[in-house]
Amino acid sequence: MEDSKKIEEFEAKIAAGQKIEPKDWMPEAYRKQLIRMMSQHAHSEIVGMLPEGNWITRAPSLRRKAILLAKVQDEAGHGLYLYSATETLGIDRTELLSQLHTGKAKYSSIFNYPTLTWADIGAIGWLVDGAAIMNQTALARGSYGPYSRAMVRICKEESFHNRQGYEIMMHLAQGTPEQKEMAQDALNRWWWPAIMMLGPSDDQSPNSEQLMRWKVKMESNDAIRQRFIDRTVPQAEFIGLTIPDKDLKFDAATGHYTHGPINWEEFFEVIKGNGPCNAKRLKARTDADKKGRWVREAAVAYAAKREKEKLIA
Amino acid sequence: MSDTQWPLWEVFVQANPGIPHKHVGNVHAADAEMAIQNARDVYTRRSEGISIWVVPAAAISASSPEDQGAFFEPSNDKPYRHPTFYKIPEGVKYL
Amino acid sequence: MTLEQAKFEYLLRLGDSSLIIGHRLSEWCGHGPILEEDIALINIALDFVGNATSLLTYAAQVEGKGRTEDDLAYLRNERDYRNLLLTEQPNGDYAMTIARQFLYDVYTYFLYEELKNSKDETIAAIAVKSHKEITYHLRHTTEWMYRLGDGTEESHQRLQNGLNELWMFTSDLFDMDEVDAILIKAGIAPDLNKIKEAWEKRVKEVVAEATLQLPTSIAKQKGSREGKHTEHLGYLLAEMQYLPRTYPTAKW
Ligand SMILES: [Fe+2]
Ligand SMILES: [Fe+2]
Ligand SMILES: [Fe+2]
Repeated sequence: MEDSKKIEEFEAKIAAGQKIEPKDWMPEAYRKQLIRMMSQHAHSEIVGMLPEGNWITRAPSLRRKAILLAKVQDEAGHGLYLYSATETLGIDRTELLSQLHTGKAKYSSIFNYPTLTWADIGAIGWLVDGAAIMNQTALARGSYGPYSRAMVRICKEESFHNRQGYEIMMHLAQGTPEQKEMAQDALNRWWWPAIMMLGPSDDQSPNSEQLMRWKVKMESNDAIRQRFIDRTVPQAEFIGLTIPDKDLKFDAATGHYTHGPINWEEFFEVIKGNGPCNAKRLKARTDADKKGRWVREAAVAYAAKREKEKLIA
Repeated sequence: MSDTQWPLWEVFVQANPGIPHKHVGNVHAADAEMAIQNARDVYTRRSEGISIWVVPAAAISASSPEDQGAFFEPSNDKPYRHPTFYKIPEGVKYL
Repeated sequence: MTLEQAKFEYLLRLGDSSLIIGHRLSEWCGHGPILEEDIALINIALDFVGNATSLLTYAAQVEGKGRTEDDLAYLRNERDYRNLLLTEQPNGDYAMTIARQFLYDVYTYFLYEELKNSKDETIAAIAVKSHKEITYHLRHTTEWMYRLGDGTEESHQRLQNGLNELWMFTSDLFDMDEVDAILIKAGIAPDLNKIKEAWEKRVKEVVAEATLQLPTSIAKQKGSREGKHTEHLGYLLAEMQYLPRTYPTAKW
C-alpha cells in the first residue's frame, strides 16, 4: 500500500472518531508531533512538582500539608501516565528525560515562575490547574488512544487540584488584611502567566490546521483561553479579588470577556529559557537524576543477582 | 553500566471481587516486587483496586492490526453463537 | 503525674515522631531517584501526616486546654517536641533515608502491633489503622535495604555508612520513664523492652540478609523524652512553623 492510500485510511479513521493505537500505521509527522506534545506535557507535570513542592514543608496547617502532598503526588502520577503513553510511540523514558535534561525538550512556561508566598499555592491550583483542565478535557477527545486515555484519567484527578487552590484563595481573601493582600498579590503575579501558558495565538502556530484534522490538537489556543477567562473572572469576583487587567470587560453582545494585550515577548523569553526560574528548575531535575543514578543501578544489580540465583536453583 | 529507568511492567488491577483484572497502564521497576509496589502507589491511590497483577512488558505478545481481518472478521458471520439468533415462542420461560 | 498527663505526653511522643519523619520524607518530593520512588515516598509521607494528625488531635483532647492539633504542631517550641532523635536526622543521600526509615519502621511495626491492644480505645483504633500502613512501609524499606545492601559496591557502602551514622540514635527508641511506667500499668502502652527484643531480632536478620554489618558503635544518644534534641530540629521547626507564627491570628 502506498503512503497516500495509508494516509487516506488513517485520516478516514480519525474522521470517523476512531482511536489510533500504538501498533497502527501512522504518518511519521503524527508520531513526531505526538512525542513532542506528550513528552512536553509529561515534563510539565514533573517540573510542575517543584514550585508547589517548595511549600510542602511550610504548609500552614496539617490539613493543608496533607492536601498539598496528595496534590503534588498526583502530578507525579500524571507525569508517569504521560511518560508511559509516550513510550508506546517507540521512545523510552531514558531518552525522553535526556531530552529534558539537555534542554532539547520544553515544558510549560508557567513553572518557570517562583512561588514566593503561600498564596501562590492557592493561585497555582486555582489558575494553573484551572487552565490546564481546559486544555486537558479537550485533549481527552484526541485521536491517539494512549494519550486520550491518560487524559481521561488525569482530568478525573484534576478537579480536586483546582478546588483546593480556590479554597486556599477563598480563605485568604476572607482572612486578615495581610492574608487578603497576599492573595491579591498572588493573583497579580500568576494571572498573566496563566493566560499565556495556554499558548500563543493561533495565527502564530503554523501547522495548526493539520494537527486539528488529525485530532492531535482539538481546539485553538485562543478558544481555550477565552473559556478559561470566562469561567475564572466570576470566580475571582466572588471572593472579592481583582483580575489585574484594566481592559477586562464583559461584552454582553457576545457573552464573553474581552481582555487587554498579552505580553507575548515575555512568554517567548521564558520559553527560550530566560524566565526567573528556568535554570533553577532544570538544575533540580538534573541533580535528582544524577543523585538517583547509583540507586537505579543498585536496584538493577540486585535484580540481576536474584535472576541468576533463580537460574542456578 | 548504562543508566536506565528500569524495565517496563504492564499493570492489571482488579477493582472489585469477582470481576476480571483490567489493564490500567504501566510502571518502571527493577523487579516484580517493586513493580507491584509501584503499581499500588501509582494506580490505586483512590481505592481503585483490591488486587494487582504485573507482567514484564517484554513478555507480552500481541496480535497486529494487519491481522484484524483474518483474526476477527470470520466470527462476524456466525450469528448462531449469540442467543438472540434463536426465536423462542412467547410464554416459554427460563430459556 | 496523673494518668491523663502521662497519656498526653505519650501521644506527643508518637504524634511528633510521625510528624517529623513525615516532614523529612516530604523533603524528597520532586527530588527522588526515579519517578516511581518519588510517588512511593510521598505516599509514605502522607500516611505519617495523617497519623500525626490523628494522634495530635487526640492529644489536644486529652489535654483539655482548648488547643487544637495545629496548635500542638505549629506553636510548640523545640524543647516541647517529643519526637525521637532518629526521626529528625536529615535525609542525607537515599541510603541514609532508607536506613533511617528502616530502623524506624521496624520499631513502629512492633510498637503499633502492641498498641492495637491498648486499653485506651482511641489509641487502639489509631493503631489498627496505622499498623496496616506501617506494614506496607516496612515491606517497602526492607526491600530497599536488600537492594542497596546487596546491589552495587557503591550502594552497599552508602547504606553501611547510613546505618553506622544513625546507630547512635537507636537507644533513644527504647528509653522509658515515669510516663511509660504509668501507662504500662494501666494497660495503655507496651513495655519497650519487649519491643526492643523484637526490633533487635528483625534488624539483625535484615542487616545480615542485606550483606551489611550491624554497627558496633557504642555511642548512645538519648533525650527525646525530655525534649533534648539534636541541632537539626530547630531548623526543621523554623521552616515548618513560620506561617502560623508570623500570622498568629490568621486561619488557613
Ligand atoms: Fe498539571
Ligand atoms: Fe497534572
Ligand atoms: Fe494538577
